[in-house]
Amino acid sequence: MKRAIMINKDDNVATVLKGVKKGEKIAVISTENEVIKNIEAGEEIATGHKIAVNSINKGEIVTKYGESIGTATDWIDQGTHVHIHNVRSKVKYGD
Amino acid sequence: MHFNGYKRKNSPAGIRNHVIVLPTIGCINELALEISSRVKGAVPLLHNHACIRLGPDLLRAKRTLIGIGTNPNIHSVLLVGLGCESITAEELAEEILPYKRVEAVTIKKEGNYNSALEKGVAVLRELVRRSSEIEREKCDIADLTVGIKCGGSGSVSAIASNPATGQAADLLVEKGGRVIFSETAELIGAEHVLASRAVDKTVREKLLDCVDRMKSEIADYGVDILGSEPTKGNIAGGLTTIEEKSLGAIIKGGNSPLVGVLEYGEKPSSPGLYFMDGTTQASQLFLGMFTAGAQIQVFSFGGGLPARFRGLPSYPCGIPVFPVIKVLGNPEDVEEREYFDIYAGDIISGEASVKEVGKSIFNEFIRVASGKMTITESRSGYKELLQIYANGLLM
Repeated sequence: MKRAIMINKDDNVATVLKGVKKGEKIAVISTENEVIKNIEAGEEIATGHKIAVNSINKGEIVTKYGESIGTATDWIDQGTHVHIHNVRSKVKYGD
Repeated sequence: MHFNGYKRKNSPAGIRNHVIVLPTIGCINELALEISSRVKGAVPLLHNHACIRLGPDLLRAKRTLIGIGTNPNIHSVLLVGLGCESITAEELAEEILPYKRVEAVTIKKEGNYNSALEKGVAVLRELVRRSSEIEREKCDIADLTVGIKCGGSGSVSAIASNPATGQAADLLVEKGGRVIFSETAELIGAEHVLASRAVDKTVREKLLDCVDRMKSEIADYGVDILGSEPTKGNIAGGLTTIEEKSLGAIIKGGNSPLVGVLEYGEKPSSPGLYFMDGTTQASQLFLGMFTAGAQIQVFSFGGGLPARFRGLPSYPCGIPVFPVIKVLGNPEDVEEREYFDIYAGDIISGEASVKEVGKSIFNEFIRVASGKMTITESRSGYKELLQIYANGLLM
């Protein structure tokens, strides 16, 4: 089974270690290589890209390394691709 | 632990023994190049300094030129000057002299280009012949300062090449060496994590001040940094926001306590892990590391470089006196590993641990410090015009 690594137990995303196709089963593993849960890819996701390990609400913090990496700009289903189309940085610019 | 290096006066040992020709200003690059082209083994280090710099940028340029000359990888220095420039050969020579032999030729003193050329060639030949007599000796590994940068970052960087590099950094710090990493923009969103490892309040505040200044410049500029931080290449490699990139980037420095925050090109005073306030641009940053006294640079690559490495085999490792150890972390680029000194992609495929690859990077420090050529050193006729970092008003 393909694997996705969840770096911190509080994360809501994991990094896909080898590209997955829609419908593929994925083992979400910890950094200690223990299987945390199995999920199904909701769409194609490339190597190194992020998958939602559970559903994420619009406006919710997206967490990786146990830290905020930005805010979800839309509802994100479990198993779907998490990237610039549905997450924004919290860094401010302009007014 | 030891490596075989070149003992120096009043400074840690060098891992290379170059004689350099250093222009005081970019205007005189041609003369520096012509002098060095007539002497076997001499290395011209041409750069972009000009009298357009003011205040802090002028001081930084001066610190950079002195730092190039005083770096332990340099045996001796021939300064080439005009006579009318903002930083003179005499000023530089005075600062370099406590550490090594330094000579200067200037157009002003010699009267014209051809006389300066003739004099320069004669002096340089003698320096090169002197350098050829020096032999490697047993040196303490605590003499090493290693600069660390990541590039072509993607999400896998934080899983393979960066943690392995960080492991090697921790091993060097344990042995009494110095490690410097930088890229102030790539602390945004991760500054609190690194700040929590600062040894005291002063270091913590200095670190946070660098990041606050960067954040306020971004806010004032009024432009979304997406596309630069992270770059389009980073985004293709799976990085979504600067916060995510930063949290993965700081891993390359390892887990040692943060003992200090340096200005661009400032030398670390004692052993340990340092952060240098500086740019993410690789060539400028490598120059800052070299100026700070680093003898080796590590460049940790991830997966966010869709153009791949074949098209830029030596870029941006164009300081020919500063060996760069390149680490590749993405198994999807495995067919390109001939361009890299260390392959960390086995971590992703589960065939090697971070600890194992970290140890091989550390061992490579010792080998390269003892004379082993890096991949880039072995291929390169490629040299870059050195870019001295400036962030203020240029006239």
